[in-house]
Amino acid sequence: MHELSIVMNIVEIVEENLQQSGAKAVTEIELEIGSLSGVVIEALEFALEEGIKNTILEHARKNIIKIPGRARCNKCSHEFDVDDLFTPCPECSSFDSTIMQGEELRIKSIVVE
Amino acid sequence: MCDTCGCGHPEEVKMNIPGEETGSDHNHDHNHSHSHGDDEHSHSHQHGHSHDYQHSHDHLHDTDHAHNHHEHDHDHSHGTKIQLETDILQKNNLLAERNRGFFDAKNIFCLNLVSSPGSGKTSLLEKTIKDIGDKLNFFIIEGDQQTMNDAFRIKNAGAPVIQINTGNGCHLDADMISKAVKKLEVTDNSALIIENVGNLVCPALFDLGESKRIVIMSTTEGDDKPLKYPTMFESSDICIINKTDLLPYVDFNMEKAKEHAMKVNHHLKFFDISVKTGEGMDEWYEWLLASSKNAE
Repeated sequence: MHELSIVMNIVEIVEENLQQSGAKAVTEIELEIGSLSGVVIEALEFALEEGIKNTILEHARKNIIKIPGRARCNKCSHEFDVDDLFTPCPECSSFDSTIMQGEELRIKSIVVE
Repeated sequence: MCDTCGCGHPEEVKMNIPGEETGSDHNHDHNHSHSHGDDEHSHSHQHGHSHDYQHSHDHLHDTDHAHNHHEHDHDHSHGTKIQLETDILQKNNLLAERNRGFFDAKNIFCLNLVSSPGSGKTSLLEKTIKDIGDKLNFFIIEGDQQTMNDAFRIKNAGAPVIQINTGNGCHLDADMISKAVKKLEVTDNSALIIENVGNLVCPALFDLGESKRIVIMSTTEGDDKPLKYPTMFESSDICIINKTDLLPYVDFNMEKAKEHAMKVNHHLKFFDISVKTGEGMDEWYEWLLASSKNAE
């Protein structure tokens, strides 16, 4: 359940930001989670529900944007979609590829008032 | 709340050196300053909607198009959007880089051992310390949810060790390592080996500042483990396959296991070993001694 410590990190970052900006409340938070990030979105949603109780994010609307995986083949430079870390290149069948997108674990934005 | 596991007990993480256990008085100075100031929750909900848009729709529409429409300063949009674009794990990543710098400066070769429970991490360490402890200064950090058992085993094998008990936590993080290293008083020109909590999922995401990450699997597990837990294999540099002495008795297919691991991470370097019989250990020692000398 590392998703819970992910949530704790989110709360901490938002709290720090709130102190800097002088805002009082967070009404919305937008997260970008890559499908290859090692975080299970369903588990994160559950952890969010539990983990933000009594925190600044308790009443914030949560918007999780799932970012699909994308890789580039190191052999033939072909770019392709991936759902896991062991999809071969559809052009040349090589497993030697670099993940371009999908490992994101980011707080994109917050709405404060 | 504790940020390692969300457990609600900040003092849940304990660090102890065998023989110096301080019971409940472990100075775990996590500084959990979550001042939830409940009293201040005045929630004054002043949704003031005064709608003084000041649009001043004069609509004069003379030819010089003085359309100042876009100056109604969006006050009615319930708050301000702040673009953060912040990596959620940035704090751990920063701390890990700080550890890495510290290790570099002191010429400490740091390894992070990860695997499922029971693959033989502690046995591998015991044997390694006994066999080449005279050639390399070992310091060990043991991670487990509970008990000092592993720390006692390492101490008996002859290396300085500190035990981190994470309580409910499923992984070690860079902050724990930074504190443990200070408490353990790791010296220059040494090999610091961190035995992470037995778990093939969570520790993958938490950089500790190690020079190399080593994933261990054993022949009593399925050879498809790299496909089942790809994130861990993808983030590792070395893959040790332990318990090769059992190969005649189990269904584990060595070639297939490596093939699966290489699909996930084609940079992996393999060591096939049996801690029990000593098979393959020399190659591992050779690599360990050479790498720690080259550590800068």
